[in-house]
Amino acid sequence: MFAYYLKLGWLSIRRNPLLSALMIAAIAIGIGASMTIITVNYIMSSNPIPHKSDQLFYVQLDNWDPNNQEEDGYEPPDQVTYLDAMALMKAGKAYRQVASNRSGLVLEPQGEDERPFTVNTRDTWADFFPMFDLPFLYGSGWDDAADQNLDRVVVLSRVINERVFGGENSVGRSVRLNGMDFKVVGVLDEFQPVPKFYDVTNGAFEEAEEIFIPFNVAVEYQFPRNGNTNCWKMPEGDDNDAFLNSECVWIQFWAELRNETEKQDYMDFLNAYVNEQKALGRFPRALNNRLSDVMEWMENQKVVEDDAQVMLGLALLFLVVCLLNTIGLLLAKFMGKSTDISLRRALGASRSSLFVQHMIESGLIGLAGGILGLGLTWLGLRGIEMLFEDIVKNLVNLDWVMVLTAICLAIASALLAGLYPTWRACHIAPASQLKIQ
Amino acid sequence: MLSMQNISKVYRAGLVETHALRDFSLEVREGEFISVTGPSGSGKTTFLNIAGLLESFNSGRYELDGRDVSALSDSESSKVRNEKIGFIFQSFNLIPDLNLFDNVDVPLRYRGFNAAERKRRIEKVLETVGLAARMKHLPSQLSGGQQQRVAIARALAGEPRFLLADEPTGNLDSHMAMSVMELIAEINRNGTTIIMVTHDPALAELARRNVHILDGRVSNSVPDLKLAHAVST
Repeated sequence: MFAYYLKLGWLSIRRNPLLSALMIAAIAIGIGASMTIITVNYIMSSNPIPHKSDQLFYVQLDNWDPNNQEEDGYEPPDQVTYLDAMALMKAGKAYRQVASNRSGLVLEPQGEDERPFTVNTRDTWADFFPMFDLPFLYGSGWDDAADQNLDRVVVLSRVINERVFGGENSVGRSVRLNGMDFKVVGVLDEFQPVPKFYDVTNGAFEEAEEIFIPFNVAVEYQFPRNGNTNCWKMPEGDDNDAFLNSECVWIQFWAELRNETEKQDYMDFLNAYVNEQKALGRFPRALNNRLSDVMEWMENQKVVEDDAQVMLGLALLFLVVCLLNTIGLLLAKFMGKSTDISLRRALGASRSSLFVQHMIESGLIGLAGGILGLGLTWLGLRGIEMLFEDIVKNLVNLDWVMVLTAICLAIASALLAGLYPTWRACHIAPASQLKIQ
Repeated sequence: MLSMQNISKVYRAGLVETHALRDFSLEVREGEFISVTGPSGSGKTTFLNIAGLLESFNSGRYELDGRDVSALSDSESSKVRNEKIGFIFQSFNLIPDLNLFDNVDVPLRYRGFNAAERKRRIEKVLETVGLAARMKHLPSQLSGGQQQRVAIARALAGEPRFLLADEPTGNLDSHMAMSVMELIAEINRNGTTIIMVTHDPALAELARRNVHILDGRVSNSVPDLKLAHAVST
């Protein structure tokens, strides 16, 4: 009977093309508006590294000002100091650990006609590449020895490799950065986690960096930092050493801990380390170290902003308004079929079979509205992209999950809207419509 | 086969009550062909609606094939309508965007027959009414008489025990009306019980028995159909 009801639904839609088009348009507009916002929220809140997000932990150490308490208690700073980052790296207590920060360098291409240009750079450690599963087109990341020996090595993004080397395998060749030659050890394939979880302090939806160099090299040659630096007391001097030995935080620190035991051991280690530092006169606040896995850290940093949640609520409210319109239109349509419904009752259709028939018709209208709504969603996302350009560049793509969600939401909405009109249609008194004399 | 005892039906519109049927009693035996006549507002419509399980009643007892129908659920009464009762309407009530085959198919779908059985029955009844060659035509492509034949085919497809006909020739000219009546009479001769409401004394005369309804009751004074026929012509 399902195929029969589908056929009847299709015939009914064709019988009243204008009314059907209005209903489909009402659902499509509601779906288009809500799915545009839902898609942005979905991508904002998606897990950027699902297979190991519960093994990667962002480290917070509370070295902050004891006189600066937030409403809900002390919140440790969202980055760590150079002193602490180096101490944690040196201890190497985690399965893998990475201290990194963002900087900006000038790349000088080899061709005479090529002009130098700035590149976003991540200063990091060897573990960064296997820890965050960066995909390589050529070569690989550097090794621990390169970190220790201050080797001038570099990993290029695919885009930079295409720009500088025409997309060839550039491993072994050199690029000139801030007046120094760096040897290429690897070229990345496409890499753009959304959100850019490993450094949300510089914008959760920014582009991934274009080149990656050893952290120690960046410190040694005092390459300019290009991220957030926060200090609760000023460095004791104006030179670089004073800054490095200060309580200023500017480094993101991640640890890979494969199970609960490793996590607990690492927390014990952090607490012991901070207690040791307290004895040396640092860390004036009470012990308040944190280990947050990827999704906890996204939540902590409010990657999905409150405004986006409000917009989502408004979009869903708009969908409800569209559904109310659809209810009115469906009611008009089904009441207009009273003779057909009465005839079917006389010929043996029960109320339940008529209910199923009309719900399927509602679902068909929802399906058509969903398909049209997907088109409107695509247009909506392109509109957002045009308005906000780079800020949302990585947020405005429809994946298959969103396509399925749109279709299911449209069908579910239409079924919901169809409930009351269908119920009314099923309770039409057949005798009054068949003109039996 | 059909037994109505002291059936009463009251329509209420606010404070106004209209008694459509009052202590209405009627027995119909298997294979009968009954014409139902009476003036407008006498209760013919209500009787036919109740007989076809399209409407409920306030009091009395209605048995169909020995079964009390007053306590049937919606799905049970739908099943009875589908399996035992065929309807023929004055205005044909064919579904305009379904072809003849699909129109006749409607009650069979609700019966749950498989495709082969439905096809066999549809072809057989369309053959009976002389429209087998036009089964892919839409109703709008047929004359009034042909449309009523399709409606009869639809009523017969489920092989019902009895047929309720509502002014089956009311929208037809006399030539087509006679042709349709011959078909209905033929159906009756094949064993189907028929109850036909009509205003036309000539058609009423074709039935084996006439039931005259007056003020919601079966009237004892059966009209002289021959005289009425003579007056109407």
